[in-house]
Parts: sequence; structure tokens; C-alpha cells
Amino acid sequence: MWQVVYEELQKEGLEFIAVAFDTGGKAAVEARIRSADIAERPPVLARLMGWSSALWAKQAPPTYLNLIDEAHVVGELYGMVNVPQGVWIDEAGHIVRPAESAGTADMVRHMNRETFEVPDEAVNRGIEIRNTYIEALRDWARNGAASRYILPPAEVRRRMRGPEEADVRAATHVRLGRHLFAAGALERAKHHFNEAVRLCPNKWNYRRQSYMLDPESIGQLNVTPGFWAAVDALGDESFYPPADFSHAK
Amino acid sequence: MTVSTILYDDRTTAGLSADVDGDHLWLTPAELQQATGWKLEPEGLCRGDACVRLDTGWQDAQGRVDLAAFARYMGQPVVREDAAGAWAFGESVNARRDQLFSLEAPDFTLPDLDGKLHSLSDFRGKKVFLFSWGSY
Repeated sequence: MWQVVYEELQKEGLEFIAVAFDTGGKAAVEARIRSADIAERPPVLARLMGWSSALWAKQAPPTYLNLIDEAHVVGELYGMVNVPQGVWIDEAGHIVRPAESAGTADMVRHMNRETFEVPDEAVNRGIEIRNTYIEALRDWARNGAASRYILPPAEVRRRMRGPEEADVRAATHVRLGRHLFAAGALERAKHHFNEAVRLCPNKWNYRRQSYMLDPESIGQLNVTPGFWAAVDALGDESFYPPADFSHAK
Repeated sequence: MTVSTILYDDRTTAGLSADVDGDHLWLTPAELQQATGWKLEPEGLCRGDACVRLDTGWQDAQGRVDLAAFARYMGQPVVREDAAGAWAFGESVNARRDQLFSLEAPDFTLPDLDGKLHSLSDFRGKKVFLFSWGSY
């Protein structure tokens, strides 16, 4: 879905790298990346993800780099806690915006879980959040270091949630879990993913992955009762807090 | 009990025969270097510019090194799955924190759908929007 934005912004000197946090590897992600699937994408995805119908109509197979990260290593390195999250890296290899929701918001929480319908009001707010994020990306692509959307180093650091003991331990469980998954030891793999979730309950990429390790669930969208129970348990907290652009004002 | 697979940093080394003894994991210096990059030198265990002097009990009579004791000293998490003969060693909080707060984007190397490897550092000189997604 990012392809249409990429085609515009690559001309301005911005590269995209998509990283799939998917322990199921190629089998889990291939159908989502290759073109065959695109026309069949359920429209509810557009409504959930904040893509306007104009952008949704222009979806095309990605030409930007798509990498597969079976052990969620990039999540560990950059402090990403959910998908999709984005990080902005400048020409010198410095982080100018740390991990944050990449244009998504909590529309999934307004979805009817039987009919998958999402109320228009939530959809429209989602589109606004998505468009605001794209506009910020566009400004950075054009203006680079002069963009009002890049953050001063002190602000980048302030927004980074410093890793704690639980984070590095959870990441080690995930690495071992991924190794066991690849070796066919599914139950033990699940045990280590569950340990990671226990240590870092707010790392939704670990949690969402932990529900989707069984062979029949690889590559599927998560509508498991465990997932909904965890979303409900958030109460008033955000699942996807939108990117904070207050600094740019 | 024997451990045949060690996950250390981003490397996975199979075909080892490290001995488990309680909380200890004994490797020959050659295996240690193969699995971790740390080399036994007269000064201690060395990798790159860093050397760590051997502490009491890190080496046994046969000259083997206790990787688990060394990792604990370095603040690295150790996660084990003895039935599968696999132990994983993570990054220490301090190392991870220093790396993140340096604001230097940490490099990584991952495969695309065709198995071809790509690194973030290939993109130096360009602005990069790095984003995660998942099939779930």
C-alpha cells in the first residue's frame, strides 16, 4: 500500500525499507508482497489502516525493499513495539525520528468483530492520521535537515523508551523461539514467545506473533479470541498511539 | 549434557559440543571463538579492541572456557533450551542502550523474499524510512 507514496517520494531522494516481523518467514509474507494477492485485498483493510479510497485504488506491488525478520531483530534494535512502526534515518545514518506508529491509529478497536464493519467516523479519523503522516514524510523527503518534522537529538532520545533488562531478555527468548520454530519444535518455540510476552506485555509484535505460530495460522490475519482479549485489556490506552507531531507546530 | 547450537549476537553456530554443568557452559577456546568471536589471548578474552581479563573459575583444567559465566559478567541475558541442545545469548542492557542513545541507526542484514541479503548500511547517503509490518 505504501507503493504509491514511495513512487512519489523516491524521486525526492527518500528510500523505503519494509521489514516483516514474521517468524513464519517467506511462507507468511510472500502472498502479501507479490502481486497476485493485491486485487483480492479485503476493503476492510483500507478502512482499518486509514488509506483513503484514492490511495487504495492505486495500490501496486512494492518495488521498495521488503526484508524478512523472523526473529524481530529490527524491533529489538530500534525499540519498535508493534507493527506498523516507522523510524526515520538521515543520510548520515542518524535517527531523526524514533519508533512510532507509521500512520496508523486505533480503528481496529472500533471494528465490529462479527461483520468486520468499521464506522465512518473512525475511518475518517484514520484517514486523517494516515494523511498527516504521509504529509510529514513528504516534507522530510523534500526538505531534509530543514524539515520541521525531524526532531532535535535531545527530543529523539526523550522519546526513545530506553531498553530495560526485560527487553533484552525477551529479545533473547524470541531469538531462541525463532530457532526452535525453524527446527520444528513448535511447542517449545511457543513457550519462548510466551516468555517474551510475559516479560514485555506492551510489545505487541511479540504478542501478536505468539498467537500466530501454528501452521494453519501462518500468514493469516489475527482475529483470535486471545488477541481481542488483549486489546480489550488495554482499556483507555492506545493500541496504536498516533505519531506525535506537536514538535513541528 | 551437550549443547550443539549457540545463538550469540546475530550469529547461529551449530555442530558444537559444549558441556553443560549446572549453570556453566564449557567450550574449547576454538569453539568459543567460532560461536562468539571472543578469542582466548594471554590478556584474557578479546574481541576487536576489547579484552576482558579471565575471572576465577572461568577456565577449567582442560583449558575450556565457561561462556555462561562470561556472559553473565558482561550483563548478557542467557536463555536455554537443553532438550534441543540450544542456548541463546542476548545483548546487555547497557550495550543496547548506548547503541540506541548514540542515535546512530544500528545496522542489520536481512534476506528479501529471494533470500538475497541486504544491509541498512547499503543505503548510507540516502534518507531511509524504515518501517515494520507483519502478516498477522
